[in-house]
Amino acid sequence: MSEPIIKLDNIKKNFGSVIALEGVSFDVNPGECHCLLGDNGAGKSTFIKTMSGVHPPSSGEIYFQGEKVTFNSPHDAISKGIATVYQDLGMIPLMSVSRNFFLGNEPTKGWPVKLFDHETANKITEDEMSKFQILLRSPEQAVGTLSGGERQTVAIARAVYFGAKVLILDEPTSALGVKQTANVLDTIDKMRTKGIAVVFITHNVRHAYSVGDRFTVLDRGKTIATANKNEVSPDKLQNLMAGGKELPSLED
Amino acid sequence: MQNKIDERIRNIGFFQKTLVRPEFGSICGVILVIIFFLLIASDNGMFNPDGIRNWTVVSAQFAIIAVGACLLMIAGEFDLSVGSMIGFSGMVLAIGSIHFGLPVWQSIILAYILSIALGGVNGFIVIKTKLPSFIVTLAFLYILRGLTIFMSVTTTSKTILSGMKPLADADWLAPIFGGEVLTGLFQWMGDKGWIEVFKRGVFEGQPVVSGVPNLILWAIGLVIFGHWLLTRTRFGNWIYAAGGDASAAKYAGVPVNRVKILLFMFTAFCACTFAMCQVTEFGSAGADRGLLKEFEAIICVVIGGALLTGGYGSVIGAGLGAIMFGVVQQGLFFSGAEASLFRVFLGGLLLVAVITNTYIRRLIVGTGD
Ligand SMILES: Nc1ncnc2c1ncn2[C@@H]1O[C@H](COP(=O)(O)OP(=O)(O)OP(=O)(O)O)[C@@H](O)[C@H]1O
Ligand SMILES: [Mg+2]
Repeated sequence: MSEPIIKLDNIKKNFGSVIALEGVSFDVNPGECHCLLGDNGAGKSTFIKTMSGVHPPSSGEIYFQGEKVTFNSPHDAISKGIATVYQDLGMIPLMSVSRNFFLGNEPTKGWPVKLFDHETANKITEDEMSKFQILLRSPEQAVGTLSGGERQTVAIARAVYFGAKVLILDEPTSALGVKQTANVLDTIDKMRTKGIAVVFITHNVRHAYSVGDRFTVLDRGKTIATANKNEVSPDKLQNLMAGGKELPSLED
Repeated sequence: MQNKIDERIRNIGFFQKTLVRPEFGSICGVILVIIFFLLIASDNGMFNPDGIRNWTVVSAQFAIIAVGACLLMIAGEFDLSVGSMIGFSGMVLAIGSIHFGLPVWQSIILAYILSIALGGVNGFIVIKTKLPSFIVTLAFLYILRGLTIFMSVTTTSKTILSGMKPLADADWLAPIFGGEVLTGLFQWMGDKGWIEVFKRGVFEGQPVVSGVPNLILWAIGLVIFGHWLLTRTRFGNWIYAAGGDASAAKYAGVPVNRVKILLFMFTAFCACTFAMCQVTEFGSAGADRGLLKEFEAIICVVIGGALLTGGYGSVIGAGLGAIMFGVVQQGLFFSGAEASLFRVFLGGLLLVAVITNTYIRRLIVGTGD
C-alpha cells in the first residue's frame, strides 16, 4: 500500500472546557476515498478543520507526505493542495460567485502591480460550474441570490478546482438534488482515479458505501472503528453510523 | 455556455442593474443638492469661483477621511477615533515645529508615524480582544483627545497653537499639503478678466481664487486609490470578504486580521493627512480640532451606499457622499439659513440613505434576507 498523503496522529482538541476530540488518528492515501462517519456532534467537522488548518489541534501531530507539519492557517493547508468544502460552506453572500470562487487564490495579471484578473476568474468559474450542470446567470451575480444547492455546488466546484492533492468534503450533498448528488459522487470517483485523496463526511450510508474505500466512525470525540470496504457490509456500516457501540471493534 | 440560455433568467432591466450599484443613490443625491442650491443660493455667490472653492475644500476634507472610513466599514469595522486622531496629529505637527523647533517636514513625518502606529494599536486591540471596534475606538476617541489636550497644555500651556503659516511656507514638504497648484493658470485667467481679481490692497491684480488647493488633489487621489484598491486588487477582494463573513474568509485562507489592522492604519493615515492639510493651510492647530469628524466620515460612507454591517460599499460613493455633505453644509451657509437647520437636513439625509441602502441590499441578495 502506498504511503498516506496526510496522516493525523492522536489529535486532541478542546474548546475551553469542551473536549471535542479525545485523540483521533486518521490517514488517507492518494487515490483513496476515506469516509468519516458518526452521529451529530461526534466531532467530524472539528476533526477535518484541524486537517484544513482552521483549528490548530490542542495536541497531536499532522504528517503531510511523511513530513511533520503545522498548519497555522487555512492558507498553509490550501497551499499544500488541501481543499475543503465546509459544512457551513464558507461562502460570502454579498460577493459575486467568481469573487467567492477565487477568494484567497485570486488570479492576477499585470506588472509591476499584480491586479485581480476578473476576466480569467469569471471564465474559469463559469466553466467549472457548468461541469456540475449549474448554469449561472452570470459569474458576477451575488452568491446570496443562489439557491442552497447551487451555493453548495459552488463550494464543491471550488474545492475540486483547488484540491490538487487532498479533497475534504463535509456533508457536501446535504442540499443537493438527485442529479447533482449523482454528479458529486461521480466527481469523487473521478478525483480518486486521478490519484487525489478524498475525505468524505456523510450521513447517507448508500453514498458512503458507493464511493468509500475505507470507513472510520467517530463517536463523542473518539474513533470507535476503522474498516476497509471488503470487511464491512452496508448493513453493518449502517449500524456503525448509528453509534455502533454494541458492535465489536473492526480494527484489524 | 454562451449558446445555452437559461429560460429562467428574467431580463433584469438596465434600470434595476443601475439601481444595485452602490454609487447610484449618491450620484442622484449630488445632482439633486446641486440643483437645489443652484436655485436658492446662486445669488449669494455659492457658484462663483470663490464660492466653489469654498465648498469643494469642505467636500475634499470630508472625502479624505471618508475614504479610510469606507474601506474600513466594508471590512466590517468602524473607527470612532478619527476626529481625535485629527486633533492629535495636527497638534504633533504644531508642537514639533513651533515648540520644539523641529523642521516642519520632520514633524510631519513624526505625526504620520505616530498616528499610523496608533491606528495599528487600535486594530490590534480589536483583533486580539475580539471586541466590537465600535467600543474599542470609542475608548480611543476619549484617550486620544485627552492625551492631545494634556500634551499641548503641559508643553505649551495653550490648547491652540498658531504661527505655522510662515514655517510651513518655508518648508519643502509642507506645501504638498497646504499649497496650491495651477496658480499660473488662475493668474492668467485673472489677467484676461475671466475670473475675479482683487481691486485694491496688497493683493491687487491677483485673482481671488489663486489656484486649486492641494487638499483637493489629495481627496481625488485618495478616492481613486481607494477605488482601485477595492475593485482591482486581491487585497480589495479580501476587504469585501473580511466584512462579508470573516470566518468564511478565514476558511479560504484570507489573512483577515492583517487586512483589518492595515485598514485601521490606513484610516489613521487619512486622518493624519486631513490634519496636515488643515494645519499647513490655516496655520494653526487646536487640541479640539476634528470634533465629530468620525461621524461625518461615517455619514459620507453610508450616504455613498456602503452597508453599516460591512461587506458592501463603494469608495466612489463615499467620495460623492462627501461632495453632497460639503454642498449641503456650505449651501445652507450661503443661503443664510439658520445653522441649526443643517443638522436637521443631515439627519434626514442619513435616514433616507440608510433606508435606500437596505432596500438595495434586498435587491442584491434576493428578498430572502
Ligand atoms: N468552536 C467551537 N466552540 C465550542 N465547541 C465546539 C466548537 N466547535 C464544535 N464544538 C463542539 O464540538 C463537538 C463536535 O462538533 P462537530 O461540529 O465536530 O460535530 P460533527 O460530528 O461535525 O456533527 P454533525 O454531524 O452535526 O455535523 C460538539 O459537541 C460541538 O458542540
Ligand atoms: Mg459537522
